[in-house]
Amino acid sequence: MSDTVVGANPDPHASGDDPNRRDFIHIAAGAAAVGAVVGLAWPLIDQMNPAGDTLALSSIEVDLSKVVQGQQIVVKWRGKPLFVRYRTPKEIAEAVAGDHADLRDPQTDEARHKPGKPEWLILVGVCTHLGCVPNFGLGEYGGWLCPCHGSVYDTSGRIRKGPAPKNLAVPTYNFVSDTKIKVG
Amino acid sequence: MSGHSTYEPKTGFERWLDVRLPIIRMTYDTALNFPTPKNLNYWWTFGGILALCLGIQIVTGVILAMHYVPQVDMAFNSVERIMRDVNYGWLIRYMHANGASMFFIAVYIHMFRGLYYGSYKAPREVLWILGCIIYLLMMATAFMGYVLPWGQMSFHGAVVITNLLGALPVVGNAITTWLWGGFAVDDPTLNRFFSLHYLLPFVIAGVVALHIWALHVPGNNNPTGVNVKSEADTVPFHPYYTVKDGFAISVFLLMFGVFVFWMPNALGHTDNYIPANPLVTPQHIVPEWYFLPFYAILRAVPNKLGGVLLMFGAIAVLFVLPWIDTSKVRSMRYRPTIRLYFFIFILTCLVLGFCGAHEPADKVIPGVTTFTLGDYDLNTMVWLSRIAALYYFAYFLVITPLVGLTETPLPVPDSISEPVLSHPASGPIGTAAASKKG
Amino acid sequence: MLRKGLTFAALGFALIAGPALADTTSLPVKDIHWSFQNPVFGKFDQAQLQRGYKVYREVCSACHSMNLMYFRNLGQPGGPFYDPKYPNPNDNPYVKSLAHDIMVSDIDSDTGDPIKRPATPADKFPAPFPNEAAAAASNGGKAPPDLSVMAKAREGGPAYIYSILTGFQDPPPGLTPMPGKFYNPYFPGDVTSNWTGPANKVPPGGFINMPPPLADGKVTFDDGTPSTVSNEARDVAAFLAWAAEPKQEERKTFGLGAMIYLLIFSGLLYASYRRIWRNVSH
Repeated sequence: MSDTVVGANPDPHASGDDPNRRDFIHIAAGAAAVGAVVGLAWPLIDQMNPAGDTLALSSIEVDLSKVVQGQQIVVKWRGKPLFVRYRTPKEIAEAVAGDHADLRDPQTDEARHKPGKPEWLILVGVCTHLGCVPNFGLGEYGGWLCPCHGSVYDTSGRIRKGPAPKNLAVPTYNFVSDTKIKVG
Repeated sequence: MSGHSTYEPKTGFERWLDVRLPIIRMTYDTALNFPTPKNLNYWWTFGGILALCLGIQIVTGVILAMHYVPQVDMAFNSVERIMRDVNYGWLIRYMHANGASMFFIAVYIHMFRGLYYGSYKAPREVLWILGCIIYLLMMATAFMGYVLPWGQMSFHGAVVITNLLGALPVVGNAITTWLWGGFAVDDPTLNRFFSLHYLLPFVIAGVVALHIWALHVPGNNNPTGVNVKSEADTVPFHPYYTVKDGFAISVFLLMFGVFVFWMPNALGHTDNYIPANPLVTPQHIVPEWYFLPFYAILRAVPNKLGGVLLMFGAIAVLFVLPWIDTSKVRSMRYRPTIRLYFFIFILTCLVLGFCGAHEPADKVIPGVTTFTLGDYDLNTMVWLSRIAALYYFAYFLVITPLVGLTETPLPVPDSISEPVLSHPASGPIGTAAASKKG
Repeated sequence: MLRKGLTFAALGFALIAGPALADTTSLPVKDIHWSFQNPVFGKFDQAQLQRGYKVYREVCSACHSMNLMYFRNLGQPGGPFYDPKYPNPNDNPYVKSLAHDIMVSDIDSDTGDPIKRPATPADKFPAPFPNEAAAAASNGGKAPPDLSVMAKAREGGPAYIYSILTGFQDPPPGLTPMPGKFYNPYFPGDVTSNWTGPANKVPPGGFINMPPPLADGKVTFDDGTPSTVSNEARDVAAFLAWAAEPKQEERKTFGLGAMIYLLIFSGLLYASYRRIWRNVSH
């Protein structure tokens, strides 16, 4: 290299021994730089996901013993309302009758409660349209009516009319005992 | 931003954009093709490192602000929640806390490099002053950031530093009350410090843009201090300095990583893990290490106002340095006399930092009681810091102008391409040496 | 020039970082080995953390709060009762039963009355006193400090905690402790005003409000570890070190990977740098 001309904007791609090795090193270094940025990006993105304390509150237990038939209690679960409804036989009959109607999101009432416990209906109280909280006892199907854009749900929480595309969601839950459920 | 542009749009889109917003041209001229002296050594990589430090602090800081609560009862716990519950919160917070120290390490090296190679001299005075402004803003930002975790050191550090302004005659008390938003450091203080701590980094980023602009007008200084004479003296910034800066940055990140991953609390203070208690002051109030030299100067003066003025004077003197220096030669490579004084100056700054970390009455050499002058015990930190502070100011105000007038510099090379001719470190002078070195 | 500069930088760090604090009068902390002490590879000993939790629960928690700790923390990865079968610590049955043993305050959602109920993994460790004033009133005028980050809040960390717990001793002749206080040579303080001996031989240490909390046989370890003061102190200090930074192991694991990656990255960049610059004389 002693004969190299001093300075004069030398072209890095001129001369040189093995072009393959030269290119490989630059590509490897560039790829490693990209890898480092991507690797660091993940922690910076993941920090916005729910933190440990938020996740810890993601399951709750609800005591059913104080709910009377025909009543609904609302508890806060994951920052959203959870409807716990003790249905009357009339409501259940209406819901089962609705199984054969022309449903937008077809589902039987059977599939929306735990086996042998049709009286307990557990729903996430969030309208599947744009997230408002529907009110019970309004609307023509005896179930819920969303005040925002008029979505109507029946006594099984299924969408019957209005802009919402889906039935009210049934969360994952199970009966810890006859009078207690665990949601989440 | 200076000189003519050599950018030629290649694609149709580039030509279309170039007429409307010549952003690719600007990037090309300032970051890719910018002619850069080819003899820059590793000390010059700290500019790029500092840009990275600022980027890291802003990104991690914006993230921390998503989780932090600027309220006296919750600030400490919200920081601990980041450490314990937020996904990778420990990483982001430790990067931010240690990143501040890394930022200051880099900025001090960057400043000493500028001093050694005369980068502040004409025509780069504005560049230097902008750098001094960035440094001041960094200190303000770092100080307010240190208050936010609301530990014992945060709180009492804030008390001590804000009380400095109380030294000002007549308006002092009014200013501290205004700064606190109350009668002591409290919730309003924490809130406004948080707000300003979030704001100032973006101000810094703005001044950094000006700093780079001012750099690109005269171009880089270089280790010889000789102006660029021809194209033979330069290489395009990319790929030559992108890869060199990149390598330096990755080595710097390795050091950063040692602190973040393996000794994250080594540069902090244990007392800051005790929640702030306005009723009890910790045994030893010590600022973060990067403030220690100034803290030592402050305590070297037995008068409150005098100490504050001298401390600010230590920074103010940097602003006027370009006009204090009388030497026509930029680089200390060719100024053996001032070079010696400069190394003593670096040592002085370290000694001041050492004094700042100790109590004023602590002995310098333990157990020795013989160095007394009348009633004064000279073997104490306060006297050591007095001597060091004296040298600090003498270096700028006396030594720099006098040596510039009286010294005989070594022969300066005609151009960057021929520096070996008179490099003091080289052996026998030979013309062949220049081209043999590869 | 570069080498000279690095030497200066190293010297500067040695000067500043070294003896950063003035002399205290207490004894230096005891030299004790911890499984988690190595900054790169050190890991917590899970059995030790379990024993340490028992010591905290049966002894320390009578007076000291740990306000930043949740029961779920005990079952998270790296925690004392972590079980890989239950990646979500809130489902860990052992953690649930540990929480269930402790009563926490709550509000009855129907009546609004304050009640006590068994804790769940999502609950914080309950504090022994309702507020700081009550804690101070019951403890000679000074509230016992919260232990959540104690191991980070004292010079020496867990070794300091261990030294305090095992360091109680009878005051030397000539030293009269203040009433209700206890002499401990590892506790930072100044005992000069209670010292009647020669002025240049003031004993190290200070007076601490806490009576010696541990005793041989005070805590029965389920794994058969002898219940000595030293073992109890060591285990609870390890537990507190974990509690002060539960993500420490995650930090080390992540850090080792990141550092190896950076090292390779630096090597590649250096090779790239050398090739790009090989034709430039500079």
